[in-house]
Amino acid sequence: MSMDRRRFLEVAGLSALVVAGKRGFDALTDGGRAEGATERRPAARWAMVIDLRKCVNDRGCTDCIAACDRAHNVPHFDERAHEVKWIWREPFEKAFADHGSPYTEDAFKSKSLPVLCNHCDNPPCVRVCPVKATWKRDDGIVMMDYHRCIGCRYCMAACPYGARSFNWLDPRPRVKELNPDFPTRTKGVVEMCNFCEERLAKGRAPACVEACGEQALVFGNLHDPGSEVRRLLRTRHAIRRKPELGTGPNVYYLV
Amino acid sequence: MVALEKALVGNRRYWTWIGALLVVIALGVLSYLRQLQFGLGITGLSRDVTWGLYIAQFTFLVGVAASAVVVVLPYYLHNYRAFGKITILGEFLAISAVTMCLLFIFVDMGQPGRVLNVLLYPTPDSIMFWDMVVLSGYLLLNAVIGGITLGAERKDVPPPRWILPVIILSIPWAVSIHTVTAFLYSGLPGRHLWLTALLAPRFLASAFASGPALLILLTMVVRRLARFDPGQEAIQKLSLIVTYTMIINVFFVLMEVFTVFYSQIPEPMSHFQFLFVGLDGHAPLVPWMWASMALAVISLVLLITPRYRANERLLAVACVMVFASLWIDKGMGLIVGGFVPSPLGHVTPYVPTLPEVSITLAIWAVGVLMLTVLYKMALAVREELA
Amino acid sequence: MSDRGLIVGGLVLFLALVTLPLWFNVAAGTTSKLPELTLPEGKDPFGTAEYMRASHMDLLMTWRDEVVRNQERTVVGLDGKTYAKSLTGTCLACHVNRATFCDRCHDYAAVKPTCWECHLEPRPVQRAAQ
Ligand code: SF4
Ligand code: SF4
Repeated sequence: MSMDRRRFLEVAGLSALVVAGKRGFDALTDGGRAEGATERRPAARWAMVIDLRKCVNDRGCTDCIAACDRAHNVPHFDERAHEVKWIWREPFEKAFADHGSPYTEDAFKSKSLPVLCNHCDNPPCVRVCPVKATWKRDDGIVMMDYHRCIGCRYCMAACPYGARSFNWLDPRPRVKELNPDFPTRTKGVVEMCNFCEERLAKGRAPACVEACGEQALVFGNLHDPGSEVRRLLRTRHAIRRKPELGTGPNVYYLV
Repeated sequence: MVALEKALVGNRRYWTWIGALLVVIALGVLSYLRQLQFGLGITGLSRDVTWGLYIAQFTFLVGVAASAVVVVLPYYLHNYRAFGKITILGEFLAISAVTMCLLFIFVDMGQPGRVLNVLLYPTPDSIMFWDMVVLSGYLLLNAVIGGITLGAERKDVPPPRWILPVIILSIPWAVSIHTVTAFLYSGLPGRHLWLTALLAPRFLASAFASGPALLILLTMVVRRLARFDPGQEAIQKLSLIVTYTMIINVFFVLMEVFTVFYSQIPEPMSHFQFLFVGLDGHAPLVPWMWASMALAVISLVLLITPRYRANERLLAVACVMVFASLWIDKGMGLIVGGFVPSPLGHVTPYVPTLPEVSITLAIWAVGVLMLTVLYKMALAVREELA
Repeated sequence: MSDRGLIVGGLVLFLALVTLPLWFNVAAGTTSKLPELTLPEGKDPFGTAEYMRASHMDLLMTWRDEVVRNQERTVVGLDGKTYAKSLTGTCLACHVNRATFCDRCHDYAAVKPTCWECHLEPRPVQRAAQ
């Protein structure tokens, strides 16, 4: 039976209504997203896979960290209290407190690994920000707008991974070697890893990924079934930090 | 404003007091200017403990502000006459406390110049946004209510009828400010000291204990300094409220302790360990927490025993203890304890610095100054009528 | 009235005090002297000089929000060419001298933009290449 005109109009009208309703609902609930964003490109979902078998972080390698610090003018404060870090090393038992057992521990005891913002699918940091200074892009990257952040540090209380840093003091004098292609930050704002969105925009891989001589860091699009990250996740056992919190972290560790 | 000129006359003692407060405020302003210049790095806060003394005071004072409801509700809803004289004191206490809250949030901001962003980019997802809304609303409500009722009293006429719905609205509003403040904390994944549905009820119970305890002490002071008698009955009724709410508060705390320690889940336990016995060799808050517990227990003994409670001197002691105990527990204990250990298990001790303490004292001094002026006005109006 | 002299005298004194900075400037001869700016060759692809003088900050703010928040990174100029929306990358490629262009005028107008608290001037080598 073919759809008559009246029925067609009904359906069309109804769908228009649904679309309008959905738009309105989105507008009301779209807390974290950029306002006024018009064209949306086909969404990628960026993710990182870190191969702990290849990573030699525990042997003192800090190539990825140094590359990130250089690329983003990350300052170096001597006192731990004022530290600013985007990607840094953490002992296995701190990063994966729930993964040790008295018997497996030996394997990981001396292991340290790189940790960074997980660019969570459901990021608590974004949920709590009172001014949308941090929000989630369509491609999954959790962004910071340093121009807008009021420095309330609510996002730092909300992030269960300790991924965010606050500029307790003016960071610029503490940047070893200024990179003019990227801004520094000002005191009083929060910052964290941006998945090198400025490089992705130019089609380049993140600085840490490029810097790793062991190819332990792999970056890619989870929405592309043919991507290297998807291949690794299909074939190897991967763990994520605190998935039980429902944050949906997008940094995977191959063990 | 109504009767503001009343605050401009006073004896020598009054002016010395005002002068002393202004000195404390001036010192704090100097410290704040330094903080503006150097950044929040001049506080003891760190990457792991990102909120401290300021937010602790904020949290505690929201409770004090909300507690005005324990005099407003019986007086206006149940026509409980004995609270007639102190209702205005409760409302003015709320005004000063909310003002302090807003100031504490302000000095905690890393970019205070961008404070208007909260209004420019309203974000209903954020509990902090709602906290701002309910706190400013509460300030407005109480300012209107206090101003109108005092003005009417001065002219010796009944207050206009439209004020009653406003007063009624202020009752659930008071509950909302403390509930929303609890939600600031209790909705965060990975902060196990706060991640409990009991937080809001606990906040309310401790608020309705610490606030009235302070109100009792204030009425006692006022009675000595001015020709004003709130009445024996009012004080005794308030003390009964403090007794019950303090019992409920301690009961809630014990329930929390049971769940945490009987379940034996490591992360929630670690926060209590840090607070009460220390963790990884760091125990900065241990003496404070035990002092808080001891004060709570002793105050309960004094409050529960009718003979002691009826003795105003002991009652005053008990009220000081309740106030101090909850100031520790709900202030530094709750805030710093929530951050240590960090989500990665690091133990970072936090000790406030001198400038931080000075700014904190100054904000308290602003609150006390407001309270002095407001009470002075209220009492002068009363004396005029008498 | 006997107070008249006092009142008029007071008003005159008040006016004199309030306008003091103006007199200082007149004496120093700085009022009529506009700042000398280092100007680049050619035409600005984003608007006339008047428009830029009045609204360059709005343009920069719009660019800023579009890039940071919407990932709209490029703009087509009046000359039909595509440019990156970038203060340090695009504007300063022609206005090569921050000190004698941006700062000199901002000082004159007594405004303190915060751009340079974070953004860095491009490397001289880069400039040469562009
Ligand atoms: S890791 Fe932390 S900062 Fe990064 S998106 Fe998740 S919650 Fe936000
Ligand atoms: S510190 Fe900045 S980014 Fe974090 S919640 Fe506050 S305003 Fe948002």
